[in-house]
Amino acid sequence: MSDAVQRVSTPGVSDEVAIQIIGMHKWYGQFHVLKDINLTVRRGERIVVCGPSGSGKSTMIRCINRLEEHQQGQIIVDDIELTGNLKNIDAIRREVGMCFQHFNLFPHLTVLENCTLAPIWVRKVPKAQAEEIAMEFLNKVRIPEQAAKYPGQLSGGQQQRVAIARSLCMSPRIMLFDEPTSALDPEMIAEVLEVMVNLAETGMTMICVTHEMGFARKVADRVIFMDGGEIIEQNEPEEFFNNPQSERTQQFLSQILAH
Amino acid sequence: MATQSIDGPKRGSLLSDQRTRAIVFQALAFFLVAVFFIYIGTNTARNLEALGISTGFGFLDSPAGYDVAMSLIPYTATDTHGRVFFVGLLNTLSVAVTGIIAATILGVILGVLRLSKNWLVSKLVYWYVEVVRNVPLLLQILFWYGVLLGLPRVRDAIPVFETMFLSNRGFYLPRPVPGDGIGLIIIAFFVAVIAIPIIARAARKRQEQTGQIFPVFWTSAALIIGLPALAAIVTGFPLTFDYPEKGGFNFKGGMVLRPEFVALWFSLSIYTAGFIAEIVRAGIQAVSHGQTEAAFSLGLKPNWTMRMIVLPQALRVIVPPLTSQYLNLTKNSSLAIAIGYPDLVSTFGGTSLNQTGQAIEIIMMTMLVYLTISLLISMLMNYYNKRIALVER
Amino acid sequence: MSDITQSNAPGQHYPPGEHPDLPPPPGTVGAIGWLRNNLFSSIPNTILTLLAIYFLVVSIPPVLDWVYFEADFEGASRTDCTSAGACWALIDVRLKQYLFGLYPSDELWRVYVAGLVLALAVLPVLFDKIPFRKILLVNTLLLPITGFYLLSGTGSGPDAWLTTVETPQWGGLLLTLVIGVTGIVASLPIGVALALGRRSNMPVVRAMCVTFIEFVRGVPLITILFMSSVMVPLFLPEGVNFDKLLRCLIGVSLFSAAYMAEVIRGGLQAIPKGQYEAASAMGLSFWKMMYLIILPQALRIVIPGIVNTFIGLFKDTSLVLIIGLFDLLGIAKTVITDANWIGLSHESYAFVAVIYWVFCFGMSRYSIWLEAKLHTGHKR
Ligand SMILES: Nc1ncnc2c1ncn2[C@@H]1O[C@H](COP(=O)(O)OP(=O)(O)O)[C@@H](O)[C@H]1O
Ligand SMILES: [Mg+2]
Repeated sequence: MSDAVQRVSTPGVSDEVAIQIIGMHKWYGQFHVLKDINLTVRRGERIVVCGPSGSGKSTMIRCINRLEEHQQGQIIVDDIELTGNLKNIDAIRREVGMCFQHFNLFPHLTVLENCTLAPIWVRKVPKAQAEEIAMEFLNKVRIPEQAAKYPGQLSGGQQQRVAIARSLCMSPRIMLFDEPTSALDPEMIAEVLEVMVNLAETGMTMICVTHEMGFARKVADRVIFMDGGEIIEQNEPEEFFNNPQSERTQQFLSQILAH
Repeated sequence: MATQSIDGPKRGSLLSDQRTRAIVFQALAFFLVAVFFIYIGTNTARNLEALGISTGFGFLDSPAGYDVAMSLIPYTATDTHGRVFFVGLLNTLSVAVTGIIAATILGVILGVLRLSKNWLVSKLVYWYVEVVRNVPLLLQILFWYGVLLGLPRVRDAIPVFETMFLSNRGFYLPRPVPGDGIGLIIIAFFVAVIAIPIIARAARKRQEQTGQIFPVFWTSAALIIGLPALAAIVTGFPLTFDYPEKGGFNFKGGMVLRPEFVALWFSLSIYTAGFIAEIVRAGIQAVSHGQTEAAFSLGLKPNWTMRMIVLPQALRVIVPPLTSQYLNLTKNSSLAIAIGYPDLVSTFGGTSLNQTGQAIEIIMMTMLVYLTISLLISMLMNYYNKRIALVER
Repeated sequence: MSDITQSNAPGQHYPPGEHPDLPPPPGTVGAIGWLRNNLFSSIPNTILTLLAIYFLVVSIPPVLDWVYFEADFEGASRTDCTSAGACWALIDVRLKQYLFGLYPSDELWRVYVAGLVLALAVLPVLFDKIPFRKILLVNTLLLPITGFYLLSGTGSGPDAWLTTVETPQWGGLLLTLVIGVTGIVASLPIGVALALGRRSNMPVVRAMCVTFIEFVRGVPLITILFMSSVMVPLFLPEGVNFDKLLRCLIGVSLFSAAYMAEVIRGGLQAIPKGQYEAASAMGLSFWKMMYLIILPQALRIVIPGIVNTFIGLFKDTSLVLIIGLFDLLGIAKTVITDANWIGLSHESYAFVAVIYWVFCFGMSRYSIWLEAKLHTGHKR
């Protein structure tokens, strides 16, 4: 099936680039929400995106697996360009995992079924094998004992960890996180962040929208600051936090670090 | 009072006080209701005596003495009121069941179209729903009955495909006549019905072992149509049709759908479909957008997402109000009496009541039928609700 | 690092943070964008659009012709209607019956006054920000009494202030509104009582309420109307009889009260336990707690359900024609049996359908409006 996928360049040539966004614009009706976004993510790179609410962070990462459609510019994921081509979209979604602020677990399926659904129906993995993989990842996020429960029976932190495990079961090459901890209580934030740090250590390419600056300092290769639909500034975490270039970044950081 | 309840030791006495009050109140309520029933009971007994009507169900065995325009079981005017009861009940059930089928199909299609991204289609469905739901059903029945009665007389019946005729006396349709070998087709059909779950199970097993996905749905569809079709070819199409033919003032042959039935069935279907469309729309919309997005981001395609994520969740929301619409349709079929479709209420509850004067027995029996249907359905409903209840902590 | 991101990006570049808002590319918004997104976004969508347009083109012109362009609006009988379209002369000639039934012409002013009183009574219930609301509410509370005496009169003698008009003479829209309004006014309190009874912890009361509610909801309205018209006379002592309309009103009210009870029960169930506990902790008695704390919240939650029950009740008033009352639909059905107008069922039913529709659609719009209003009130 992947034969039909239109590759931008021959595989191997740009192996070190996972995601490339070139001059991307997006509008909601008349509202110019993303303006001239240019971003290259190398394989294995871990990027933290921050910025005030409404600045377009979610919209940007949702464009990467085409939960939102962009109107101008190019998005190339794993050498596959996102266009209206459904095969391309399928191929990219299989390679890109995503975790949401509100977990979005399937309430009518058990934790294990949540994790095996996509491998079975998308990757065509035999059930026993899918369950084995799922248990492995549930182990990694440290809730194997909850496998038979329904999402409604779990705490927020547990649900988010299941969501991470669910994405990992598809063995994605890239993971997107959209404020995975902002709907959680403080003690649950820690358990989810720990899982994310472990994941980062495996060399996964990650883009995380988050305001957890401790996490950013610890694992990020690059921090991106967005405001008004634009990427205002991007830098290595040390530089970014200690020596922010633009006034808006300084203002934002002072607000967020104030408490 | 307030001080008493704060006071420790007196709490017990307050509680018992409340309890006695509750007991006294309930006894009083019970007493009043009992008095009410005894009062109307004695009045009724006296009135019936004055009218010379004997209570009891003996009338069920006496001959009805009137004709019923449509009957699924053999019936003549010399049959009993008891048989009229069953004739009416079957007529009620037949219009209800066919109405439920049509309303469900139409309602689901409309509900899905209402959610379509197509503005024009969505708006059209919106106005359909708003018109149909805000006009009394009885009015719609009378209107469509009027339309049907406005069709040409039998002599000038409108032909459709030269095999069907529409007239103010009814729709004349070809009647299927089974020939030799029809049995084989029926057997083929049942073979398909039995084979499908077996195939489905085998497919699931294979998928569990190898991961290969087998198109169970399309295979089933092919089987259920293909096998009987094959049998039909082998046996040389043993199904013939008896076509209606115009003969003088009436049609010979074929079969006829009376305008009363068509008007009632049609109105019940389009009216209830309006409600079902709203239920389906609300049910699908109740599944949060995040669910679809999560499924998409896992790589599930839209049709799989619909089948495995959206529908199972939407059905929990849809099924309970849907069954209550089915009940409503069944109860609404009693409006048949307004246009003379011989359902339970208009035959047994109407003509038989007028002839025998056994108002209490007949109305009670009629109500009991509807009550039984309602209770059965709500028991099924409770079972379903318990089975699908989401586990929450 | 920044050299990677800045490379080969098309279009004009601005310093970070100074990119102006640009208009979206042509064809994605505006009329063309709208058409593309909403009507022709894909091939199936385009087919749907074309089918819908075809349906409209085929169905609308004949309907318009019938209703207006080829219709007759004047005449004394159906023979005066010579065009191919509708014969609205029927409505023109019989309008008074459609509206009032056989209510005597000399006394019609009483119906007009009653209509005005009703309108004034409804206003303060619907809108809470109108002038003189208090005075109008008094009028609302008195509506059952004023309405009754206005319509049915005070006596029959020549010196009676308002001559009696017997209920069989009431008809048309007047009767429909009488039944509908009475049902609405009566079913709400009875429904509240039944709902509270069903949630009460007194087993006898609960059992009686459950039996009543489930019984009524399990049978068709028509059987209840039969009960009120054939069985109730048997229940009464010899010689005692009361008005057919009144019997029917009782039937309709009890019927919708059972449905109302279930709607209200849903609202009561939605109130968190904390509200009951807080109210009890304040020392409120059961009835005060219900009246001041619980019911206002519960009823507010289920306003859409209540209005839906009202709409259902209003539509169900049409069933009274089956037991021989001449409500709006009853008149529509009777008028076309007149030899002068025979066969004009389309016109007659279409006319009353519009009246019913206006009332029901109005109610549903009102409930949507109210819901939106209450919602924003909550957010603030
Ligand atoms: N579906 C939508 N339709 C219109 N505007 C939207 C939509 N989704 C988001 N927006 C707007 O786009 C802007 C960016 O939103 P978002 O990407 O969610 O911001 P962030 O995640 O940075 O808080 C916000 O102003 C928001 O109001
Ligand atoms: Mg966001």
